[in-house]
Amino acid sequence: MPMKTRRRSIALAAAAVLALFYLSAIFAPVVAPYSYLTQNRSFPDEPPTAVHITFTRDGRTVLTRPYVYRYVLADIHSETYTEVKTARYPLEFFTRGKLFSVRGAPIHLLGTDALGRDYFSRLVYGGRISLFIGLIGAGISFGIGILIGTLSGYIGGIVDTGIMRLTEIIMSLPTFYLLLTLAVIIPPGVSSGTTFLLIIVILSFIGWAGFARVIRGMVLSLKERDFVNASRAYGDSTWGIIRKQLVPNLLSYTIVSITLSIPGYIISESALSMLGLGIREPDVSWGNMLSEATNIEALTTRPWMLASGICIVVTILCLNIVGDYLRSALDPHDYR
Amino acid sequence: MLVKFITKRLLMMIPVMLGITFISFVIISLAPGNILTSLKMNPYISQHTIALMEQAYGLNKPLLVRYGLWLWQVLHLNLGTSIYYHAPVLSLILSRAMNTLILSVSAIVVSWLFALPFGIIAGIKEQSLFDRTAGVLNYIGISIPSFFLAFLLLLFAAKTGVLPTGGTTSPLYGLLSPADKVYDRFIHLIMPVTALAVPQIASYARLIRVNIIEVKRSEFVTAAKARGVNSRRVVYLHILKNALNPFITLAGYDFAGLLGGAALVETILNLQGLGTLLLKAVMSMDVFLIMGDILIGAGMLLLGNLIADIVLIYIDPRIKSQA
Repeated sequence: MPMKTRRRSIALAAAAVLALFYLSAIFAPVVAPYSYLTQNRSFPDEPPTAVHITFTRDGRTVLTRPYVYRYVLADIHSETYTEVKTARYPLEFFTRGKLFSVRGAPIHLLGTDALGRDYFSRLVYGGRISLFIGLIGAGISFGIGILIGTLSGYIGGIVDTGIMRLTEIIMSLPTFYLLLTLAVIIPPGVSSGTTFLLIIVILSFIGWAGFARVIRGMVLSLKERDFVNASRAYGDSTWGIIRKQLVPNLLSYTIVSITLSIPGYIISESALSMLGLGIREPDVSWGNMLSEATNIEALTTRPWMLASGICIVVTILCLNIVGDYLRSALDPHDYR
Repeated sequence: MLVKFITKRLLMMIPVMLGITFISFVIISLAPGNILTSLKMNPYISQHTIALMEQAYGLNKPLLVRYGLWLWQVLHLNLGTSIYYHAPVLSLILSRAMNTLILSVSAIVVSWLFALPFGIIAGIKEQSLFDRTAGVLNYIGISIPSFFLAFLLLLFAAKTGVLPTGGTTSPLYGLLSPADKVYDRFIHLIMPVTALAVPQIASYARLIRVNIIEVKRSEFVTAAKARGVNSRRVVYLHILKNALNPFITLAGYDFAGLLGGAALVETILNLQGLGTLLLKAVMSMDVFLIMGDILIGAGMLLLGNLIADIVLIYIDPRIKSQA
């Protein structure tokens, strides 16, 4: 297969994975078999439920529709579980408003946490916060960046100098330290929606500066071009020139940069939530699901609790692949 | 000339530092409650004691006055007293800063040691098997955040037992001989340095590769080849020298990112560093400790940039003429 075609199919596959993640997050109540809040304290730290597709009858292995067994807590101290092989519970798809479910027995594709909450369901709901903080945060930073960057570049003079000094200060802040400090503003006990918004505001506050500088540089070179002069000669207002001439020309850079900057927002959110400064229990994000894993014993006995981390890595990987593909597709001088 | 440049840069650092500390100060005071909030809840502490403490720490004064007082202290090389630890902030920070510095600098050194050969070979032998394999590995490398890598390494260490599971030193560190102490430190550094270096290696190697390819296609390289300069000489003298300049600036700036990443890795692997200190300070609203941490963090960052710029002046003659 030629290089170009192969790269395109890889990028398409990555885009498909992203679409799957975002759709699962949007349709979380359908995809997740349980609510992220439902506790089942008699079944803490259950291992992932095995889904079987074969069973043995008269010494022969027979293929059948997917089913699960019920699990019982065999030993309460070591939290070991065993399957009860007396009854099989088949998986049902698209029934009772769920993508999949089992009648009569629980199904925990990734096991349960210490409070007996279904890990898979929490993962699906957690994606709502982690995935959308990235998207909205990058969008807002870019909105601010493009506005301030174009103004700074187009107007120039003292406005430009002032804005550039401000961006330099923001960019020379030790980002993570600032993030921690900013996270203190979030009062304990506010609703998860407010926390979500505050985290976005905090991340965008730090994020816009870098964009604004690049956009300013691009505007500086664009504003000397003939089509901008023509528009000015035609009597268009500054705002009109910015909106009609400059912004459209910055669009391809914007799309690529947004895609490539989302990972940073996802990482920051998960880091904050993991440290207990972002999204707090009982609300769920991929980051705060990882905070349980800082306990070495829990981590070694139930390594599947890293699933949310793997989701973060896969999301970032796909975003990088798609972003890079878009960049080389939009840039004729690209060698990557 | 160089002296003038450095003086100018150092002077420029003053307003930046003032800006950073002022912004941070305002942010902290925007947060609900202060370090005395939890003490106020305690029925055994009288209102009078609280009032006395407020007076002593200057918490009852307006924001600008408090900032001014803090700044005045700092100018006298006194970062104040941590209320949480009951110890001077400066000595707390100095005891931790060394660990964070060792961690970050080792991570930078390791990143470059691996990224340089990988990036250079991949760039020169473009589209070879090595280049393609390295490309795939790089993609995975830049997509794994170092805190997740720290988890994976922790799991690996706990399962296999070949590495200590976190901590800066062993519990019996004080009893070890000097040689064993160095070894003990080293073995505790392996995990955090790996966690920090892998994403860096991947991103540097990618950038180096692209830069090499770009320089390889530039006119002066074609000209050198046309003059009959042998290809090894072209690679070493013409391509490498020109392709690697931008990375010195990058190394200086990435110091900041490393400090942040180090903070997370420190928390996960339970290391004693500036990051864990700041986290404690933030959790307990210990204003002077937070401010001290930010001041030192920002200072290290600005110095890192300055050093990078100075090195660049020595290497790149074009900049030397401007400075």
